[in-house]
Amino acid sequence: MSTEAPPLSEPLEIQFDYTRSLGPVLGRFMTGLAERRIEGVVGSDGRVHVPPVEYDPATAAPLRDFVEVGQEGTVLTWSWCADPVAGQPIQRPFAWVMVRLDGADTAMLHAVDVTSPEEMHTGMRVRVRWADEPVGHIRDIAYFLPVDAPDDNPPTSPAPPRTEHDGIMVTPIAASYQHTVSPEESRYLRALGEGKLIGQRCPRCEKVYLPPRGACPTDGVPTTTEVELPDTGIVTTFCIVNVPFLGQQITPPYVVAYILLDGADIAFLHLVRGCEADQVRMGMRVRAQWRPREEWQTSMRNIAHFEPTGEPDAPYESFAHHL
Amino acid sequence: MNRVSVVGFAQSDCVRNTHGTTNGVEMLVPILAEAFERTGLSKEDIGFWCSGSSDYLAGRAFSFISAVDAIGAFPPINESHVEMDAAWALYEAWVKILTGEADTALVYGFGKSSAGTLRRVLSLQTDPYTVAPLWPDSVSIAALQARLGLESGRWSEKDMAEVAARSLADARGNPKAQRSGDHSVAELLDGPLTADPLRAHDIAPITDGAAVVILAAEDRARDIVPTPAVITGIEHRVDSPVLGARDLTRSPSTESAGAAVGIGEVDVAELHAPFTHQELILREALGLGDGVRISPSGGVLAGNPMFAAGLARIGEAAQRVMTGDAGRALAHATSGPALQQNLVAVLEAQA
Ligand SMILES: [Zn+2]
Repeated sequence: MSTEAPPLSEPLEIQFDYTRSLGPVLGRFMTGLAERRIEGVVGSDGRVHVPPVEYDPATAAPLRDFVEVGQEGTVLTWSWCADPVAGQPIQRPFAWVMVRLDGADTAMLHAVDVTSPEEMHTGMRVRVRWADEPVGHIRDIAYFLPVDAPDDNPPTSPAPPRTEHDGIMVTPIAASYQHTVSPEESRYLRALGEGKLIGQRCPRCEKVYLPPRGACPTDGVPTTTEVELPDTGIVTTFCIVNVPFLGQQITPPYVVAYILLDGADIAFLHLVRGCEADQVRMGMRVRAQWRPREEWQTSMRNIAHFEPTGEPDAPYESFAHHL
Repeated sequence: MNRVSVVGFAQSDCVRNTHGTTNGVEMLVPILAEAFERTGLSKEDIGFWCSGSSDYLAGRAFSFISAVDAIGAFPPINESHVEMDAAWALYEAWVKILTGEADTALVYGFGKSSAGTLRRVLSLQTDPYTVAPLWPDSVSIAALQARLGLESGRWSEKDMAEVAARSLADARGNPKAQRSGDHSVAELLDGPLTADPLRAHDIAPITDGAAVVILAAEDRARDIVPTPAVITGIEHRVDSPVLGARDLTRSPSTESAGAAVGIGEVDVAELHAPFTHQELILREALGLGDGVRISPSGGVLAGNPMFAAGLARIGEAAQRVMTGDAGRALAHATSGPALQQNLVAVLEAQA
């Protein structure tokens, strides 16, 4: 019976600032927002679209005829968001609405700040609450309020950044995940935490994979048999990094190499140090240099780098099929 | 012209949270084996592979590349991917077989919906200029749509609860279901509003899961299984991404896809309706009368694995045909907020 611990799992936060060119239609709309003005575009049938669309939804004609619309509007439908998620306009329970601004024929999606769903009804009148410092972004409309409600200050999400160029909007997108590694990777990482290198052998083609992959990419069958590998091997191929880049942790030049451990069938990327960069060769024998034991984690970072052993190089034919 | 038939289907259990990775390998390996066993095929027999999944759902780039490990992609295979529900991957595979480039195809979809906050991740499907920066969660958007129908009299809360009650009751017979049970409509309507006007029973659960469908050219299909489910039509259409420009109480894209397919008489319809009111919209758009059995699997209210659930609807419908439970079955898949994009397929027993 297996009493294995569940797979390793860690929170993972990813973030990227999406920078988008706006073009003539959305550019004009966003520029208007920065000046606390809302403009729609007149469609082929005379309907006013807010937010503006670049092409008429029915005729596909390019639309360039702008018209300013009101900053009050009518709620066409609403829903209650009892548990807001990060990034939403209001960070306490609020209503989502489709609101048709006065002078517009289409509705826009936005948020209304009220304290309970009892204060909401279809047909109610709402007004724009502008962001304190508009930057030319949809979030310049901070949220909506019932027309007769005083300005308030609900908790909001951070405002998007101001951009230095016209016609550009920047939207930071951040997302949180619980990242889980596979059971095979978990055993591999836990073994690394004890200074051991655990690979897996495919039951069909007998290739040994390190890191283990869960399934053999050739055969598509689970790789089940564990194999402990030594911390010695060869450089199959390598490159010398001469170019500095953001986040670089080692001063160039340095060598990044594919290391094929003795007994493994797949190479992995690591650093080669302990000799001049121009001394590294294909086929060179290397051994892992482990960090001090007290720094070990469940990570390949426990191996600081690989260093030449001084043994004779492996002949090219012995590793050519791994290139 | 040669047509295309479904010859195999397998799906994972629908579960709230797997221990697996977001690249789906752990969910896919067993169901690939199951689909191969049922068809007697092996990976060497497959001419084309196509998958559906999402990197935003996985929280990592090129997650579908890691999933390829599960199918054994060396020596190189003829493979493709859609960042959509795998029902659209099936459409691509259908085209591939029709063009004669392959005579078999394996389609799979997977989603670990539990890795992030699903309703928040899905807001990134919306317009990136004027909508997504507000992070409108998928439940809130569907709730806006539900109220439009409730207040215009197109459906009632009772109609919605009836969809949930029937789905959960049917799911008792589905061992893969995540939710099932015997609930009266009155009991469901007693539940609190969780996303006013929606109640918990109106909203599909958050589900991790995967599905696999194997296709074959009609002339090969009967060598593989006794009664293949031939696809007599498959069409997909999209509505405007501008939510405020759509009549959200109707689904013109579903109606148009259904008309193009030529639905005719069907015994069963597996509908991909992640919210109860969306089933009501779909039934009307497809003209499905009282005589049509709707989502006998329990549908996605019983388990909604993102990027696999639409493919699983096609698989479920095909399964009914292959086992003789239905002579002719409809399958529907949706993608995007508030039923934005829709695919309709009709399958019947291959003569
Ligand atoms: Zn193998």
